[in-house]
Amino acid sequence: MFGKLTLEAIPTDPIIMTTIAGIVVGGLALMAAITYFKKWGYLWTEWITSIDHKKLGIMYFLVALVMLLRGFADAIMMRSQQMMASGGAEGFLPPSHYDQIFTAHGVIMIFFVAMPMVIGLMNLVVPLQIGARDVAFPFLNNLSFWLFAAGVILVNVSLFAGEFAKTGWLAYAPLSGKEYSPGVGVDYWIWALQISGIGTTLTGINFFVTIIKMRTKGMSMFRMPIFTWTSLCANVLIIASFPILTATIALLTLDRYLGMNFFTTDLGGNMMMYVNLIWAWGHPEVYILILPAFGVFSEVISTFARKRLFGYGTMVWATIAITILSFIVWLHHFFTMGAGANVNAFFGIMTMIIAIPTGVKIFNWLFTMYRGRLEFTSPVLWTLGFIITFSLGGMTGVMLSIPAANFVLHNSLFVIAHFHNVIIGGVVFGMLAGLTFWFPKAFGFTLNEKWGKRSFWCWLIGFYVAFTPLYVLSFFGAVRRMQSYENGDWQPLMIVAWVGAVIIAAGIACTLIQFYVSIRDRKQNQDVTGDPWGARTLEWATSSPAPFYNFAHLPEVEGVDDFWRMKERNGGVAPLSEAPYQDIHMPKNTWEGPVLGGLSTVFGFALVWHIWWLAIVGGIGMFAVFMARIFREDVDYYVPAAEVERIESEHRRRVEADASSSTHATQAGGQA
Amino acid sequence: MSTDTLSNQDDHAHEHDHHDTSGTKLFGFWVYLMSDLVIFGSLFATYAVLLRGTADGPTGAEIFELPLILISTFLLLVSSFTYGMAVLAMNADRVAQVKTWLGVTFLLGAGFIGLEAYEFNHLIHLGYGPDRSAFLSAFFTLVGTHGLHVIFGLIWILVMLIQVQTKGLTDMTRPRIMCLSLFWHFLDIVWICVFSFVYLMGVL
Repeated sequence: MFGKLTLEAIPTDPIIMTTIAGIVVGGLALMAAITYFKKWGYLWTEWITSIDHKKLGIMYFLVALVMLLRGFADAIMMRSQQMMASGGAEGFLPPSHYDQIFTAHGVIMIFFVAMPMVIGLMNLVVPLQIGARDVAFPFLNNLSFWLFAAGVILVNVSLFAGEFAKTGWLAYAPLSGKEYSPGVGVDYWIWALQISGIGTTLTGINFFVTIIKMRTKGMSMFRMPIFTWTSLCANVLIIASFPILTATIALLTLDRYLGMNFFTTDLGGNMMMYVNLIWAWGHPEVYILILPAFGVFSEVISTFARKRLFGYGTMVWATIAITILSFIVWLHHFFTMGAGANVNAFFGIMTMIIAIPTGVKIFNWLFTMYRGRLEFTSPVLWTLGFIITFSLGGMTGVMLSIPAANFVLHNSLFVIAHFHNVIIGGVVFGMLAGLTFWFPKAFGFTLNEKWGKRSFWCWLIGFYVAFTPLYVLSFFGAVRRMQSYENGDWQPLMIVAWVGAVIIAAGIACTLIQFYVSIRDRKQNQDVTGDPWGARTLEWATSSPAPFYNFAHLPEVEGVDDFWRMKERNGGVAPLSEAPYQDIHMPKNTWEGPVLGGLSTVFGFALVWHIWWLAIVGGIGMFAVFMARIFREDVDYYVPAAEVERIESEHRRRVEADASSSTHATQAGGQA
Repeated sequence: MSTDTLSNQDDHAHEHDHHDTSGTKLFGFWVYLMSDLVIFGSLFATYAVLLRGTADGPTGAEIFELPLILISTFLLLVSSFTYGMAVLAMNADRVAQVKTWLGVTFLLGAGFIGLEAYEFNHLIHLGYGPDRSAFLSAFFTLVGTHGLHVIFGLIWILVMLIQVQTKGLTDMTRPRIMCLSLFWHFLDIVWICVFSFVYLMGVL
């Protein structure tokens, strides 16, 4: 009846039990609060079924922040374990639990923190930057989010029932095969990534089409803001690489469920094929994460230096070059597998070449600051921290790309230190900068600067304290994924690394306090004009938060950073929309997206536990809901011109009242 | 044919400032097909790598029955032609003909699937199922993935038959018939690669 699922599947480990108790109590309290305040209807109509790209962006970011806490809890447990388990000591985590933790940490941080942050920012910003009213396929956008949420739920359910994979975040075969991982851990990994990965592919197609087809009048490709450019390239990478992940996971699934022999050790299977396939997706994946972060830094630096970005064209071409190169370097993840000297040399050189376009970008940012009027806001601090940290991480990356050096460094803590160097210094800093920068556009008030800067300093210092020791330890022979180690000399540096993790924890706490303080003081920090930073691109040309239709009239563009020009022509102030207004055509909300997400969660859970009847029910349910969507015709409606006029004149009243009551006018003008 | 339609409907899209306009839909569907192609590419690559992983089981030359495959190939190729006829009928607003040609396409596609089911069943009965060797795993998965796509296409044809029956040729059903057309021809092209690389080169 319940397949492999029995009561014994509920873990008895005290750490896990406490976590479960905490989540259950917290979840019940949250639900009780929603019921008490009668907010279920509001949640359903305004958020869950919403096709508004801005709200979906906010939901992506919210889930990502929650998962960041979970992923960081894993991180600090690993650092604590390695601090304690010196000289062969056992520490507090048994191997089977420790192995699940490092796997979960990697999976969560990449798929359920970094990806949703990147996709969340794209959702929030890209349609506004190109002057569109929504994405090309609003229903698919909602569906993508709920498929992603299904993956999140499956990963978290693995805490309550059964186990998570003990294989490392990429589940290398044959370790992830039936023979060596007979439990359900790898199956949770499979279905969480498969379902959310399909959502990501749909997002990639959606945003690619949106950017190609829905730019406003006059916005040629080379007038697009850099964040839109980097998002475009990231989406090309998603479209071209995520199907490889889908296929690879499907083959592993066939091995595990139907006894096939793709990656087995006998009957002709070839596990090296798995490693090749997974990295043919995995390397482009890291550029999917970093390119949009590059875009954020470009927007931030040109806004706060009050200058056009230096070398717009080279920035675009560097982005395109990285996009292409990212597909011909995957083998550098396994130089030691035995491809031979010539192949290794090719991939080593290709990897080093990526440093060139990246270096171009670094110089573009530096020269943008040069002779600018740099304002040291927290997004700028994140950018400066990024430029230094990412450059260092890039250099250790070039070291790793030398095949001869790689044979020494492979699988050591050097690799761990390197990729945290670029992912924390690049993606995390970028996303937190983007969060601070675009927060007012989403919510209508700015974030508290004091706590934002405190968060930055904690993250920056914490990063160096946590990861510099790992670089050092790697030269003493420390490998990755150690539950325990014999050499007691390593312990002092492990303790330093733990201290670094605690400093980062303080940084995360600062961010949470920042949210609290900012929401408390939201009246003082209100963004009335819609352009709190004196910025340059179209997303700031509408009110904050942006109306659901984004623009009353679709803007017309004559160049790069055209919003800056609009302000200059208008006496330094952002022009407001003028009557007459027209009816606006908008998509309707969808119940099908969240229901499909829910059914795919059931479907995935049933397959994890081999509950075949439930999988069939889930599958048929998904088909039925999809059919209901296919046959539905009332998918859109018109917002009456009068309603648009009401919203726009409300905004005008607020802007004019603000302008007359204070001298806090928009800070445009000055040098262009 | 399809590019004409695409550009026309694009103009239409700009006039009305619509969502999900057919031009955008068709373009989006093209992009989806390209991503699907990457899945097939991965499976072809896997097949090529595992081709010799027969583990003392049969090789392709020993189990492929080319006459059967030739028949199924022709069924699929002719079905692409009949689908093209359905699109021509749609452009001429001949609803009855659209339904007829869709029905013929469905029958041909179903015949293709029937032959594939026979082939798979036959091999499994001989003890050459997908768990026998890595080569057979790769063979069944590559050919089977194409087959699953065709089955999905058949379901889609049924849906379009119902929608053309109940709704007629509207702004909603026309772009869907065009998307299905792209999908169906795409599967034809993939099949030509399967036929050449798997079956023909397998027996050579």
